[in-house]
Amino acid sequence: MSTKQEIRLAGFGGQGIILSGHILGKAAALFEKKEAVFTQSYGPEARGGSCSADVVISNTTIHYPKVGQPDILVLMSQGALKTYGGSIRQHGIMILDADLVKLESEPDGVTVYRVPFTRLAERLGKTIVANIVMLGALAALAAVTSYESMKESVLSSIPRGTEELNIAAFDKGYEYGRSLIEHGRPPEED
Amino acid sequence: MAEKDVLTGEHFIHGDAACAEGGLAAGCRFFAGYPITPATEVAERMARRLPEVGGIYIQMEDEIASMAAILGASWGGVKSMTSTSGPGFSLMMENIGLGMMTETPCVVVNIQRGGPSTGLPTLVGQADVMQARWGSHGDYGCIAVSPASPQECFDLTILAFNLSEMYRQPVFVLADEVVGHMTEKVIIPPREQIHVAQRAKPAVERSKYLPFESTGPMPAPMAIAGDGYHVHVTGLTHDERGYPVITDAVQERNVRHIVEKVRMNAHNIIRVDEVALEDADVVVIAYGCTSRVARQAVEDMRRKGHRVGLLRLVTLWPFPSNIVRRLAGQVKAFVVPEINYGQMALEVERTAGGRAETVLMGLMGGSIHSPQEIQEVVGQYL
Repeated sequence: MSTKQEIRLAGFGGQGIILSGHILGKAAALFEKKEAVFTQSYGPEARGGSCSADVVISNTTIHYPKVGQPDILVLMSQGALKTYGGSIRQHGIMILDADLVKLESEPDGVTVYRVPFTRLAERLGKTIVANIVMLGALAALAAVTSYESMKESVLSSIPRGTEELNIAAFDKGYEYGRSLIEHGRPPEED
Repeated sequence: MAEKDVLTGEHFIHGDAACAEGGLAAGCRFFAGYPITPATEVAERMARRLPEVGGIYIQMEDEIASMAAILGASWGGVKSMTSTSGPGFSLMMENIGLGMMTETPCVVVNIQRGGPSTGLPTLVGQADVMQARWGSHGDYGCIAVSPASPQECFDLTILAFNLSEMYRQPVFVLADEVVGHMTEKVIIPPREQIHVAQRAKPAVERSKYLPFESTGPMPAPMAIAGDGYHVHVTGLTHDERGYPVITDAVQERNVRHIVEKVRMNAHNIIRVDEVALEDADVVVIAYGCTSRVARQAVEDMRRKGHRVGLLRLVTLWPFPSNIVRRLAGQVKAFVVPEINYGQMALEVERTAGGRAETVLMGLMGGSIHSPQEIQEVVGQYL
């Protein structure tokens, strides 16, 4: 039985979207021994343009590499919502940056979670780890890989000397996600 | 320093990086290139990795010079490689011809994007298939492999090096942007499990050595500069010594050889993947990223009981004429999805010789087919 999951992470260039797609795919391919394909799309701009990272994870061989209708859609910018918001599959999971993405109306048949990735990263002192906060939240909310696999993948993908910051960011996102699932609200201090 | 050239283990890397690692594992120690999307990551990886294994990376002023540099390095005795995409491949054509005429082993990786001209820098194309075959003027045999995954980027770059050494000529790795920028698990085996062809050295004494004396369809062993052999290398029509002789008789021998060494050895070079062909009424013929879409379409249709097969071209050139000719007597139609306006479809149609219909599904570039689109077209011929 094939259990295929299609995940799309989208935002603007500079948010670390591409790296987070790589980390997610690696978590599945190397630390869970599943099949995983990571593809990316971006414009000619280095920063500021829209970009997306698509990951397909399966327990069987993946032939078609692209994501059509994602089961899980993570949006980190309003522009990404405009471009990719409509692509999500029925009964899919949508995870938004609570401060950067505003929905005009709640989409039908889709579970929406809001996590302030960027704000949580700012509190840790570095906005650039917003993508790692996001991966923590994704591990908790969508269970695409285990907490351990994703954490190992983060650790194997970041520059030496930044482990503490990145793991703090990852755990922050994970805790936030767990709290939304278990209590239906953010953790106490938030 | 050599222990870092084969990174045995599991990696999560893109096709471009896997091409670079394949080159290193095959013994490439010289890379000359000029950055171009979507092939820049091959050069980037080589720039970092070659110094770690005692090799040389050099960024040249353009692709013309890059191609010239890898030919020179090869005659200096080093396995060499470059990478590029459409516009750069066009610039390389003249010196690719020089490599064919001088029988110089080397590997050219082309991560295809949408063309013509600068076209679609960041998006996929598969429209350099005929350019790879015929792009440089004059007649010569062409060897091109077409990876469909990062793992194959690694494996087929090694194969490209082995074929280039064996047949003494430039060999193309004709990948596409989707495969080059796609990241998957790549397993790099232990060194002893990787077959690497080493350059044959001249066995005769120096006074008797003829660098362009072929034996049947096989080229002579290649002496390298500095070994003490008399070697003359020219793009002009040349005799067995390598000296220019501008006559029809020498041209006949010279050009016949560089065409026939590929043609006569085609059965040893060609590699295809045959999926569910035995009882197929329609066969999809595809390569590169498109072959993955086709595989999905064929498997989905087989599950529904339709008699559909896939012939995946692992080598594009030489073309597997015998296999297609055999299938032409069995099937109603060949469906050829490709990201161009009909290049391999022409070859299929020519080989089928009217015994089976050839149906082109051409995309101009920038996107890939969907499995549903292929299923719909296949369905019309079942």
